[in-house]
Amino acid sequence: MATPEVQLSPPSPQVVERREPSREWKTFWSNPLAWIGVIVLTLIVLFSFVGPVFYHVSAYAPNLGAALSPPNAQYPLGSDSLGRDNLIRLMIGGQLSLEVGFAAALVTMVIGVIYGLISGFVGGATDVILMRIVDILYAIPQLFFLLFLDSVFKPNAVLLVFVIALFSWFGVARLVRGEVLSLKTRDYVEAARALGSSNMRIMIRHLLPNVMGVVVVSTTLQVANAILTVAGLSFLGLGLPPPTPNWGQMLSDSMTYMFQNAWWLIYPPGFAILFVELCVNFIGVALNQAYDPRLRR
Amino acid sequence: MVKYIIYRLIQAIPAMIGITIIGFFLVHIVPGGPAQAMLGAKATPQKIAEINRIYGLNKPIVVQYGIWMWQLLHGNLGTSYFYNQSVWSLIAINMPRTLGIVGVSIVIAHVCSVILGSMQAYWKNTVFDYLVTTVTYFFYAMPFFWLGIIMVLIFSVDLNWFPSGGLSNPLNPNPGVGSWIAHSTLPIVTLVIGTIAQWAQYMRTSMDETLIQDYIRTARSKGLGESVVVMKHALRNSILPLITLLGFALPNLFAGALFVEVVFNYPGMGLLFWNAALQRDYPIILGIVVLTGMLTIVGNLLADLLYGLIDPRIKYT
Repeated sequence: MATPEVQLSPPSPQVVERREPSREWKTFWSNPLAWIGVIVLTLIVLFSFVGPVFYHVSAYAPNLGAALSPPNAQYPLGSDSLGRDNLIRLMIGGQLSLEVGFAAALVTMVIGVIYGLISGFVGGATDVILMRIVDILYAIPQLFFLLFLDSVFKPNAVLLVFVIALFSWFGVARLVRGEVLSLKTRDYVEAARALGSSNMRIMIRHLLPNVMGVVVVSTTLQVANAILTVAGLSFLGLGLPPPTPNWGQMLSDSMTYMFQNAWWLIYPPGFAILFVELCVNFIGVALNQAYDPRLRR
Repeated sequence: MVKYIIYRLIQAIPAMIGITIIGFFLVHIVPGGPAQAMLGAKATPQKIAEINRIYGLNKPIVVQYGIWMWQLLHGNLGTSYFYNQSVWSLIAINMPRTLGIVGVSIVIAHVCSVILGSMQAYWKNTVFDYLVTTVTYFFYAMPFFWLGIIMVLIFSVDLNWFPSGGLSNPLNPNPGVGSWIAHSTLPIVTLVIGTIAQWAQYMRTSMDETLIQDYIRTARSKGLGESVVVMKHALRNSILPLITLLGFALPNLFAGALFVEVVFNYPGMGLLFWNAALQRDYPIILGIVVLTGMLTIVGNLLADLLYGLIDPRIKYT
């Protein structure tokens, strides 16, 4: 019975695509922090993923004669205790650290958005129960659980992504739920409902695009968190199994040679993590300013 | 007020039960129990069954949970599989050490963040402000454990000012407080720097928002000195968000303490947990998870109550 009205609504996708760059997009790029973050992060990604194409050295072949040598012509960043080239290990190590960090943030986002959307949209007793569960999970010391699960499962990269996501989606869920609670009373949601849209359609077509702003901001910060978590777990010897290096594990190894003053093993992976963290945080701050109308100038 | 505290305590009960359930089942569902970890390569099905019987691991998991919970309600966290000591006695030894460094760090970090953040907001957009923001950002992005390693490298290996780790000098049979201070300085400094980096920015934002309020202008136009306006009128209000943060910061600080304890080989709860996780010592793992969970809930409750003490506008009903 509602079919004629539904056909009246114009095909919206084409309209969306011809729109000029949004205000958020412009605000984001007018921020110097965003530029620094994006450019440096791109350089680090290129360093890790394209670097090994140009720098042809084995990351695994040991050379015990040249163990623990400081930076020199043959080893631009020195060598580790097995005489392996530190520069190529830094490049390869970056791949794993970045991949796991970004993937974990993505999975976190998906779980959090679905959970938050349902909780906020359905409301009532479902909402109360779902949010009580989040409250409980919040009180759990997550690092302790991660550490324990890691020691039991000896995870590969894919499993690690899901384990990290399992312990970090609550923040996103709470955020999305809050947004949905305020959005679902808006007129356009009422209008969509009056036109006969199903709950599913309202959630996906009307609510989801409008919560994406806060979600993008929090996902960016989640990337920073996840990279730190991976590094931390690897540092504790429980992240990802050798021989594939990653930055956290390189730092963990370097700790053994702290007293030999092997600074070339200690500083490069640390600065790599530091720069990625800085860049991701810069991008997060810039995105936040772009999406939060109170922070817009 | 009393009613509110009771209400909040009742509210905390489901959370506590939730933590015990999630913790217990997660720990017991994983493959390869403690018997496997204890016996290693010598494990035979008979020996595993024997050990499982001794520790009651062959009973249905719900019954095991019931037994464990009953003991917990009597304040008994069980006996460690490996140390052959009650978990309580192990925690009683290690907990004060961790609380020592975490507690001192919280106090120092809080005072420093309040001072630093307020100064930044007061001299907003000056060279000083930008400089402090840059430095705090830098430390904020730094992993705790890397900061710890650098501390050892600089202050212990290069300058030889402080010992690189441990709780006290092993050669000294009767170490005093001085020895503890020397050994815990670097761990505390590491925790403090990491925490200030997070809190100072909150304080800056909060003070910044307070300083443009009407009542601050009123105080100034009454002719009050700048120091009275900032220290008495603005500080009390702008300190509020930091108190809430304190409640949330507890799990973070425990996590930070874990890394710091591993780097400095400082025998506290973190190191105890780390070793227990590697050995699958279930009672210790569960005991620490439940205790830290409880501390987090109590921390949040205390933060809420402190909030009311400082801000008289908040009434508990």
